[in-house]
Amino acid sequence: MTTTRAWKLSFEGKNQGSAWLLGNDVSTDDIISGKYLEIREVDALSKHVLEGIVLDFPFKIKAGDVIVAGDNFGCGSSREQAPALLKHLGVGSIFAKSFARIFFRNGINIGLPLITIPGDVVSAFKTGEKVVYTIDPPVLENATSGKRFQALAFPAFFLNILRHGGAIPLLKADLAKKK
Amino acid sequence: MPGTIVEKLLNNHLVQGTCEVGEIVECKVDLLMLHEMLGDQIARIAREAGLTKVWDPAKIVTVLDHWVPAPTEKVAIIHQEYRRFVKDYGLVHDLGINAGVCHVVVPDSGFIKPGMLVVGSDSHTTSYGALNCISTGIGATDATIILAKGTNWFKVPSTIKIELEGKFQQLVTAKDVALHMLKMFGTDGMNYKSMEILVQRPESISISGRFTIANLGVEMGAKCVAFEPDKLLDAWLATIGISGYKTVLPEKKAAYERRESIGLDTIEPLIAVPPSPSNVKPVSEIKNKDVDQVFIGSCTNGRLDDLQLAASILKGNKIHQRVRCIIIPASRQVYETALKEGLIEQFVHAGAIVEYPTCGPCMGGHMGLLGPGEVCVSTSNRNFPGRMGARDAEIYLASPATAMASAITGKITDPREV
Repeated sequence: MTTTRAWKLSFEGKNQGSAWLLGNDVSTDDIISGKYLEIREVDALSKHVLEGIVLDFPFKIKAGDVIVAGDNFGCGSSREQAPALLKHLGVGSIFAKSFARIFFRNGINIGLPLITIPGDVVSAFKTGEKVVYTIDPPVLENATSGKRFQALAFPAFFLNILRHGGAIPLLKADLAKKK
Repeated sequence: MPGTIVEKLLNNHLVQGTCEVGEIVECKVDLLMLHEMLGDQIARIAREAGLTKVWDPAKIVTVLDHWVPAPTEKVAIIHQEYRRFVKDYGLVHDLGINAGVCHVVVPDSGFIKPGMLVVGSDSHTTSYGALNCISTGIGATDATIILAKGTNWFKVPSTIKIELEGKFQQLVTAKDVALHMLKMFGTDGMNYKSMEILVQRPESISISGRFTIANLGVEMGAKCVAFEPDKLLDAWLATIGISGYKTVLPEKKAAYERRESIGLDTIEPLIAVPPSPSNVKPVSEIKNKDVDQVFIGSCTNGRLDDLQLAASILKGNKIHQRVRCIIIPASRQVYETALKEGLIEQFVHAGAIVEYPTCGPCMGGHMGLLGPGEVCVSTSNRNFPGRMGARDAEIYLASPATAMASAITGKITDPREV
C-alpha cells in the first residue's frame, strides 16, 4: 500500500494538523484487526483502522493530523498494513514515547515519520488540539498551549528513505540503474 | 570486539558498517521466510519496484499457514497471488499449503542451522533462536528489499543475558517460564534488544520448549532471542539430519546490558490475563472464571509434546459440555505422529474439535473466533482486545496443561488440581 491522498508532508517547512491522543501499547491488532486482513483493497480496509479504539477515526481524520502516543506504539504483529493504512488515511507523523521495533522499521520503510519523543508528551496534548510540527529537525508544538517537544534528529540514512517517500522508490531507482 | 552471540553473528554477516551496539550495519541474510504476506502484499510491492528476479531462490522458503484452507474467496485470491509469485520467480523451497505453521515446519524441515541470520515476514520469527541463530521478524517492504538484494540494515542491539537454573516442578512448562519473563520485562522491556539464554541444565528445557520461549521473546519487544548451544541442540539437529554446522558461543568478556537468573523450580503454572501478554498471574489466583473456548495450538504451543501434555491431563476425562475445545496440531508431521500415538482419537473421543494445521484462530483468521464477552484460554501468544474476534472477548494465555485442565472443568484451572 503506497497510495496516499493529495496532501504532501513538508520536510523543509512547518506542517499543521490536529492531534489524536492514544495510550501505551497500541498494537498493530488495534490499528487493523487480523479479522480484516483478507481485504486487499486499501480504501475498504482503511475503514476499519483503530476500530473500537477511536470512534470513526477513518472518517474524521484530516490529512496532516498526527498521532501522539505513549510507550511501545505498534507492538505485536509485523503487518505492514498498520503504518501503511495510517499514512493512507492522512496521518502526517506519529510522535510517541517509544515504538515497537518492527513497526518502526515498517513505518520508515513506507515513508511515515515515526518520531520518538523523550518525556511526557502524552499529558501535553488533547485529542483535537491544533499542532505544528517539523520533520527535520523533528519538533512537535501544541499550538494552543505553546508546549514544544524536540526529538533527536533522524540519522541521515532514515531521513533519506523518508524524503524519497519510503524504501521502495529507492529500491526501484536501484533496480532500474542495474538494467 | 563483538562478544555476545548477536554481535558475533551480525559481525559474521557484515557487508558494511562497524558491529558495535547502537550502530546501523548492513548484513547478508542466509534465509528469508515468507508466508501469506507474500500473496497479500509482497508480490505487489515487488512488482511495483520492478523486481524481475530474486537474489537467490535457494535462500527463500515460502509457506501458506495463516488461513489454511482458504476460508473465503478473498483469501483464496491471496493464496493464488502467492502461488503465482512462487512460480514466476522460481522459488524452489515452497512448502505450500500442506505443511503447517511456518515456525514449526521451517526448522523441522531442516532450513535452520546454528549461526545463521534468518528473517521472516512474521513477528514470531524470533522462534528460530532456539537453534542458536539470529532470527527476526520484518514487514513486507523489508522482505521485498531482501528478495532483491539479499541484504538489509540492522541496528546492532544491546543484549540482556538470562540464565535458567534448576528444573521445573511437575506440570510447569516452558510456556510458564516465558510468561514469568513477560511479567519481569513487560511488553517492551526487550524492545530493540537481543535476549541471550543459557540453559544451565540442558535436559531441563527441551528444544520444543526453547522454541516456545524464543517465540514469546517478541512479546517482550525482543529483536531476537539466541539460546546458547548445548548437547540437547546437537541431538535435536541430528534427528532431522543436520550436520556440518558451527555453533556460536558468547565471548567470556561479552558486555551485557543486564544479567538475570531464573530458578525454574520457583515457577508455578502462570496465565496472562487480558488485555496484555505481560499481565501475568498464577493460575491458582484466578477463581471461578467460566470458560467458553479453549484453543490448543499455534506456533507457540502446537508441537507434539504440547499435544502429549494436553492428552496426559485429559486421561479419561471429557471436555466440559459448555466448552469448545479446539486443538490444532501445528504441522502435518505433528498431526500424523499424534494420529499414530492415538492422541487425536483421545481428543475427539473426549469431545474436542481437532482441525488441520493452520494459525487459524490465534490471529483472528478462522476456525474458532470469539463472540462478544466470551472467554477463551489459549496456548497462543497474544491476548490483545479483538485478537481472536470480538473486541470485548477475553483471551487468557497459558500452557497446554492449564488449557486442557480448564477445558475439562469449564473454569480456569491449575493443571495440578485435575
